[in-house]
Order: sequence, then C-alpha cells, then structure tokens
Amino acid sequence: MAESIAAEHEVHHPALQHHFENLEQQREAGTLGMWVFLVTEIMFFGGMFFAYTLYRWQYPLEFASASNHLDLPLGTINTIVLIVSSFTMALAVYSAQIGKRRNLLACLVLTIALGVTFLGIKAVEYHQKYVDNLIPGKLIRGHYFNPNGVHLLVGADKNKVEMFYWIYFAMTGMHAVHMIIGVGLLSVILLFAARGRYGPEYHNPVEISGLYWHFVDIIWIFLFPLLYLLGRHFVHGG
Amino acid sequence: MSEHIVPVRVYVLIFLALIAGTGLTVWAGKRDFPGPLNVIIALTIACIKATLVVLFFMHLRYSSRLVWVIFAAALFWLAILFALTFSDYWTRNWLIG
Repeated sequence: MAESIAAEHEVHHPALQHHFENLEQQREAGTLGMWVFLVTEIMFFGGMFFAYTLYRWQYPLEFASASNHLDLPLGTINTIVLIVSSFTMALAVYSAQIGKRRNLLACLVLTIALGVTFLGIKAVEYHQKYVDNLIPGKLIRGHYFNPNGVHLLVGADKNKVEMFYWIYFAMTGMHAVHMIIGVGLLSVILLFAARGRYGPEYHNPVEISGLYWHFVDIIWIFLFPLLYLLGRHFVHGG
Repeated sequence: MSEHIVPVRVYVLIFLALIAGTGLTVWAGKRDFPGPLNVIIALTIACIKATLVVLFFMHLRYSSRLVWVIFAAALFWLAILFALTFSDYWTRNWLIG
C-alpha cells in the first residue's frame, strides 16, 4: 500500500499541486483564473475609456487641438515596439511548449527589453509635456499647467484643453504601471525559466504571463488611435 | 481538451497584419474623410487588431468554451457600462433645453 502511493508520487510532475487531478486540469484552472482577472482589468480600463468618450463628445475641438500636440512619431514607434514585444511573447510561449529552453530565454529577454524601451520612450514623451507645461493641475512648482503652447483649432476654448491632458496622463499612466508590472512579472518568469522549471509538460506561468502582456498591448492598440490620431485630419487633411 | 500548439507561421502572419494595421491607421488618421468616418476607420482597425491578438496571441480561438463565456461577459458588462452611463449624460440637457 505504502509502496503503491510512493510509486504514484514518483510519476507526478514536480510542478503538479496536490489539489489538482493532473497537469491538464491545473493548466486550465490557471488560464481561467487569468482570464477572470483580465475581465476585471477590462472593466477598470473601461471606466477610463468611458471618461475619454464622454469628454471627447463634450469638447471635440479642444481634444483635437491637444491631441495634435502629442508626438505622433514617438507614439507610432511605441505602438510598433509593443506589437513586436507581443510577437516575441507569443514565441516565448511557443518555445516553452516545444521545450526549446534557449529560445524561451531569448524571447523573454527580448520581450522585457522591448517593454523597457516602450517605457523609456514614454518617459521622453512625459518629459516633453513637462517642458511644455502640459502636466495637468498645479503639481510641479514653476510648471503649472499652461495651454499656451498648444495650437488651438478655430472655436476651441483654451480652458477646456486641460481635460484632455488629465485623461491622457491617467490612461497612459495606468497603462505604464501595467507595463512595469508586466516587466517585473516576466523577469520572475525569466529567472525560473533559466533554472529550467518550464518545459513541454509544464509552462502555465509563461502562458498566463503572456495573456497579461498581450492584454496590456491591446489597451495600447486602442489608446494609440484615440489619443494620438484624433483630429490629425483637421490639420493635415483637406 | 489538450493544449493546442499554434504554428510559428500563424504568429508571423498575425504579427505582419498588426504592423500593417498600425501603418494603415496612421495613414488614415492623417487624411480627412467625410463626417465621422475618421473615427469609424480608426476604431474599426483597432478592433480588428485587438481581435487578432485575442484570438491568436492569447489563444482564445483554441481555448475552452468556458474561457469564451468569460471573455464575452467582459464585453457584455463593458457595453452596459457605456450604454447606461452614456444614456444619463446624453439626456441631461433634455430637461434644461
């Protein structure tokens, strides 16, 4: 009896938790848990997307004016950086699934590096806003919000421009926080992967960290056109 | 249901589509389309890109029904958030008018 239990334990994968029947069930449960968490994240960002929609609807010209002042080339580069990072993340999961440990490590390092690149470019943009006195409110002495540097479209009210920047900083700021968390998460995964913890049988942590990473990418896929491209046609088109 | 391994070819195709979508949305954003078309084009491209990421990068296409239901629930509640709150703001002026 005791021997048969011991034998049973030997065939168990070391990563299998005791409250799961098998690795397959454990994987499904982990994935499901991450998706439920992502639903709460969608609702969290949803509130901010609603705020954006509402104020854009109320102050269309002011939003277009302020949007035109954002750095479109940097925003576009950052969008591409994030898409490439999502691609390398997908390849990281693939490498774990087929048991290519060196590829897994390389893809994770690349994904982290691209995430840090995104944050660096974002920091450059934030600094531009600081120099132009476009940080909303009176947070920094000597750099109170002042919309004089923003080229206003005809009919736009100078006093309503600040709302765009509140929403811009709230949304890109929360997105950046999620990026920082993602980079931290992937660093831990990288550490475990380097110790050889993940292989074809067990790689759920890589997979669900990937889900989170892709989710953060999706938020940016919506933020980019809404914040950077809105109203460009008022200036460039026609 | 055992795990589905997506071939690299699919990932590459999705990646190229996402890059193309980004180029397209920047190009379209700089042009002046009639009426609200600019917004519609931008949001359509963003939704297509997001759908590709969810279906293939996030493996939803190969996931169990339960995951599909959970994702659908997110969209459903998001729609409620937008529809009900907006109906409030939309109709506020009606009383003053």
